[in-house]
Amino acid sequence: MSGWEYAPALESAGAAGLAESYGIFVGGEFGGGGGGPLHPLNPATEAPLAEVATADRSDVDSAVAAARASLRSVWGALPGAERAKYLFRLSRLVQERARELAAVETLDGGKPVQDSSGVQVPAAAAHLFHHAGWADKLDHAGFGADPRPLGVVAVVLSADHPLRRLASVVAPALAAGNAVVLKPSATTPLAALVFADLCRQAGLPAGAVNVLPGTGEVGAQLVAHGGVDAVAFAGSTGTGREVQKAAAGKRLAMELDGTGAHVVYDDAPLDQAVDGVVAGFSGSGGENCSRVLVQEPIAAEFLAKLRDRVRALRVGDPMDKNTDVGPLCSAERLARARELADSAQQAGATRWDHPGELPERGFFAAPAVFPDAQQAMRLAREPIPGPLLPVLTFRTPEEAVAKANNTPYGHTAAVWADKGSRALWTARQLQAGVVQVNTTHRSDPTAPPEPRQQSGFGRIAGLEAYLDV
Amino acid sequence: MLEPPPEFSDVVRDEASLRRFLHGLPGVDQVGLERRAAALGSRSLKRDAKWWAIDAAISMVDLTSLEGADSPGKVRALAAKAVRPDAERPDTPRVAAVCVYPDLAGVAAEALGGSGVGVASVATAFPSGRSSRQVKLAEVRLAVESGASEVDVVLDRGAFLAGSYGAVFEEVRAVREACGGAHLKVILETGELATADNVRRASWLALLAGADFIKTSTGKVSPAATLPVTVLMLQAVRHWRDRSGRLCGVKPAGGIRSTKDALKYLVAVREVAGPEWLTPGLFRFGASSLLGDLVMQRRTQRDGHYASAANVAVDA
Repeated sequence: MSGWEYAPALESAGAAGLAESYGIFVGGEFGGGGGGPLHPLNPATEAPLAEVATADRSDVDSAVAAARASLRSVWGALPGAERAKYLFRLSRLVQERARELAAVETLDGGKPVQDSSGVQVPAAAAHLFHHAGWADKLDHAGFGADPRPLGVVAVVLSADHPLRRLASVVAPALAAGNAVVLKPSATTPLAALVFADLCRQAGLPAGAVNVLPGTGEVGAQLVAHGGVDAVAFAGSTGTGREVQKAAAGKRLAMELDGTGAHVVYDDAPLDQAVDGVVAGFSGSGGENCSRVLVQEPIAAEFLAKLRDRVRALRVGDPMDKNTDVGPLCSAERLARARELADSAQQAGATRWDHPGELPERGFFAAPAVFPDAQQAMRLAREPIPGPLLPVLTFRTPEEAVAKANNTPYGHTAAVWADKGSRALWTARQLQAGVVQVNTTHRSDPTAPPEPRQQSGFGRIAGLEAYLDV
Repeated sequence: MLEPPPEFSDVVRDEASLRRFLHGLPGVDQVGLERRAAALGSRSLKRDAKWWAIDAAISMVDLTSLEGADSPGKVRALAAKAVRPDAERPDTPRVAAVCVYPDLAGVAAEALGGSGVGVASVATAFPSGRSSRQVKLAEVRLAVESGASEVDVVLDRGAFLAGSYGAVFEEVRAVREACGGAHLKVILETGELATADNVRRASWLALLAGADFIKTSTGKVSPAATLPVTVLMLQAVRHWRDRSGRLCGVKPAGGIRSTKDALKYLVAVREVAGPEWLTPGLFRFGASSLLGDLVMQRRTQRDGHYASAANVAVDA
């Protein structure tokens, strides 16, 4: 009776309701852009999904002007309680169109549809809902009486979590009373375009949100634009440096690369620690914790459980509701992941690959564990773009902290321990914007992270980044 | 008598060693456990996967009646349904066993003779377990002598919660011996153990003492079987196999009434313990009304439309 296989349980691609072509969204209307079109690929099949118009310099000018005009006339004149209504409406529309949005996220970015519909879309709605509640209570947000918006906010996003990230940034920016010009990733632009349609459907005043698809060039023009007052950027640390130069003098918040550590102590709830570590595989990498530091007395037991758990993962078509790990979002990420894995092997690391066969097409990487990775290997020091997991050991809490902090980044970390005092001590020592104790991947709009070091600064998902305080 | 595996002989030497071992097991984070169970419960089973699972679930049912009002007539009705869950569809698999009180085990054995359906009897002062060792063992012997091929006994939760692990261990060992060749299922009554750490310890204690199956509940205490607690027990039998080489089973009992729920448990079996546990020899459902729903859903799958409850034999 051991031959039980799950039959395919495919979400219909039609649920995404994708159009053949998308325009840019400026001043409340969709229109053709002056740039050459993008053809975003379905990372699971490498087939183009749609044609997406892109912005050129004059479109950037028009979008910034539309945002400014909206601040002067309609959006900027609304009391907070009225802004709140629009945000609540957007939150409700995200929920009403949840199935469509989840399918779009999965087709465009390769996230397993169980993640898109179970985590990403509900989180996007939660960010909008949470900040809707702040819009008329800014006096009580802890920034003094009558905090003012900054004006026109340029938002430039990476390919990770396109919808959730968008909502987490746009919601506080709008709640604070700013107008937004958004440049989504060229790899995963579709969620932003569906969100633009949501704004239209919600009757959001024209120009309060503008969406300019395009490559990095459009992003560069946007952040450097004289009419932009503030910039929120999510992307790589390298690009972040460019943005910081280009946007000099503007208010800036950034969320960049990270390579967070799980610190697993010998009294940890082992099975749940393994679950938490493996949960990082189902996301698209980047912002998740991507290294494991495990205390030596339990290393063998932990690795045995981990290997077992990784074997049971289902890798494949992300539109299948039973898929745990889908493809990476782009060929470029896949190449980087492969290169990093190879470098670890060349440095002598053992590698356990997930045993399943990968689909022939698509940007799939087999989940892999490196059970004897070392601090000196690049895999343990650099941001990891795919489902690769270096596991290192430590002997004492001090050693764990030293190893965990031994990167230029400071995005996320997790501590697994039963002894509260040690867990809290460790959490204080770790350089990270978010430290989670005995859990992972709890996105919470009430606690926007503030990354450290080269993982960024400011809270791009919080009100403070969008208020003149 | 089945001895604990040699690598555990130190562990079971005395109460202090048992305590050290059980308290040295990795702790369980309840929130994470529930999250994992919820993820397993969200698997989507379609077509062939569902067909197979429904038949597998039927073959894993311990069709149960444990009421004060049980009579020979009721037990014979139960036995007939166990052998032919759907009289009009003879290809429907029979259930694994019929589970009754020890005084009716003989009636069940007679009704089921040669059918291939096992006879399970509860014992040891079910459901509370509050009686003398002598009475408990006498009840086990009564069950076995009446023809029970499987005995479902209750763990002494009072002793367990008082920390008397040695006493609990010795009692299960004695029951094991009294069972002779009968299969031993040890009911942990997880609803009274309350914490996930306790469930993990009780699971290991029962396995060390020679249980063939660990079972969640009597069905008389709420909460009875839950998916998280079953996941925890599946982890225990898996790790027991990895460490001792012995294969033991898990039986969630009480509160599983729908096909939809049963399928979630099978997903947990497959992904937590492993596919080799997907057999009535290693996984059972302790249930009464579940069988009716499985049979109806089986018809729905085959006929392409919903069946009426009137098409399925009633339970009582």
